[in-house]
Amino acid sequence: MAVMAEPVAAQVKRSSLWTRAFESRHFLGAMFMVPAIAILILFLAYPLALGFWLGMTDTKIGGAGRFIGFQNFVSLSKDSVFWLSVFNTIFYTVAASAVKFAIGLYLALLLNERLPFKSMVRAIVLLPFVVPTVLSAIAFWWIYDSQFSIISWVLIKAGLITRYIDFLGDPWNARWSVVAANIWRGVPFVAITLLAGLQTISPSLYEAANLDGATNLQRFRHITLPMLSPIIAVVMTFSVLMTFTDFQLIYTITRGGPINSTHLMATLSFQRAITGGNLGEGAAISNAMIPFLVAAILLSFFGLQRSRWQQGGRD
Amino acid sequence: MSSVQIRDVRKSFGNFEVLHGVSIPIEDGQFVVLVGPSGCGKSTLLRMLAGLENITSGTISIGDRVVNNVQPKERDIAMVFQNYALYPHMTVGENMGFSMKLRGESTEEINKRVKRAAEILALSPLLERYPRQLSGGQRQRVAMGRAIVRDPQVFLFDEPLSNLDAKLRVAMRTEIKELHQRLKTTTVYVTHDQIEAMTMADKIVVMHDGIVEQMGTPLELYDKPDNQFVAGFIGSPSMNFLKGHVRVNGVATFEGPNGVKLPLQNAPAASDGRPVVYGVRPEHFTIADDGADAEIVVVEPTGSETQVFAKLGGEQVVAVFRERHQFNPGDKVKLKPDPSVVHLFDEATGKRV
Repeated sequence: MAVMAEPVAAQVKRSSLWTRAFESRHFLGAMFMVPAIAILILFLAYPLALGFWLGMTDTKIGGAGRFIGFQNFVSLSKDSVFWLSVFNTIFYTVAASAVKFAIGLYLALLLNERLPFKSMVRAIVLLPFVVPTVLSAIAFWWIYDSQFSIISWVLIKAGLITRYIDFLGDPWNARWSVVAANIWRGVPFVAITLLAGLQTISPSLYEAANLDGATNLQRFRHITLPMLSPIIAVVMTFSVLMTFTDFQLIYTITRGGPINSTHLMATLSFQRAITGGNLGEGAAISNAMIPFLVAAILLSFFGLQRSRWQQGGRD
Repeated sequence: MSSVQIRDVRKSFGNFEVLHGVSIPIEDGQFVVLVGPSGCGKSTLLRMLAGLENITSGTISIGDRVVNNVQPKERDIAMVFQNYALYPHMTVGENMGFSMKLRGESTEEINKRVKRAAEILALSPLLERYPRQLSGGQRQRVAMGRAIVRDPQVFLFDEPLSNLDAKLRVAMRTEIKELHQRLKTTTVYVTHDQIEAMTMADKIVVMHDGIVEQMGTPLELYDKPDNQFVAGFIGSPSMNFLKGHVRVNGVATFEGPNGVKLPLQNAPAASDGRPVVYGVRPEHFTIADDGADAEIVVVEPTGSETQVFAKLGGEQVVAVFRERHQFNPGDKVKLKPDPSVVHLFDEATGKRV
């Protein structure tokens, strides 16, 4: 043994500090984490912190700002346009998410059945997801155009209305119009994800329920819905977050108009910060979204978290 | 409880026929095991009985009622699935009471019946658990409990023990048989394991390639297999088969490969020269001075008996001895089949001669 140990010891002595460091599990582990941490800090933590900081300053484009504490938030709290955008954002998120869930679940259930041309239907369902958002937004802009709207044209030809609908000129028409565009855009994500969830449910559960005497509706209520609820929680959290922070559709179709009635917090923030040059105020509006987003995440985390039956057994 | 009649049932998937006219009468209270290699159509037949697959032609009746077009839930049957198909989001008690809940029965009635079934299956302490928290054997029992609670006309079991380890399988086998003796409900049980079939069944139906090869009591099938397939399928280790010819020369003998001569009890003179397959079960060999020459290849002692693999006329055969011979690989022995329990099959058709 002594003879064996000697050359090893000599080798260790010869190796440099650098080589030895790379033989240590802890050092090597830390080294492997460096790229990930660097990316996270550079592209997530730093911008977030900068955003927080900007929200507390009166920075304008072209000039370094001063720290002014919560003054941006105080002035925003007296700003009716800001509160209108908060209302719009909540309305937009709730209305669009609810309809997206309903249509998405319906499509997922449909696609989970034996259906003629199933793969083709599935491809068609995915289409809105494939088209770049801005392109589909431009298409919607034309669909909602006050003179060239295809919807108005069809309805007039069908004799259902006599005048072109002013989709984007009236506040509520405009709100519902952008909600519809968002639904069209968001349904594929919900549908395909829920379909994936449905396909993980073992067919033998349905067969067992069938033998137990369940009707179609009872099978949905007692098997599909409870088994799908974890996926629903994840999908709807994502959907709500994406809808709440939506920017592209609104900016392309209405730019927040008419008279700010479709401004979301994201578009208002952009308008105040980049178009208006008040970086500090824009950042403050963005920061004001955070409590809502955290609330949405917490709701899905606590309200729909893994139920007891999904947790591991004791054996 | 009810009898079940399966009459000339066929099943096709597209143009591919998997069941070619199967008829099985099942008496009230009988424990029938459908056994066969995978792909023989036994599970399909069971699923047709449950109503989970359509019947292409023929009829299935439960009691006096033809159920071809009756919905599964109205057939009054309960099925235990291979993967148990327990509802993961319901407790054991809820799983067992689900069918009654769907029928809108009162909570007290459900609780009473679930409690009784749980007592029968020793599940009482587990009623509040979720399926995930149970072991394989416990899940198996819950699946049976779900069937018992319904008190159906017929129990259907689809390979219920194949997900369990060997020891548990033996224990559950006994438990299911005991349960049947207690409840006396007509039972159709599908398995690919002939030992399960032999130990549990009142009647075994051996299926192969979509037809019924033979049905009968376990010992009938063991002692008098209708054909070479059944002979080879039933029994472990399986029957030895040797190809050769019948020789009637005053006394009937079998002439096997490389001129091996083996005894036959009797054979009509006209069958001289007929090509046959000579079947002998491993336990029907004895060591005798007038036996055929064989060379031992492998010896496998299991304690209660010893399995001996030997070359007989160049063919490998297996013999089982309960007495403890001192054998070593390479030893020459004289193996003699008991001619009174030897089976002869036609070489071309495989039918019993």
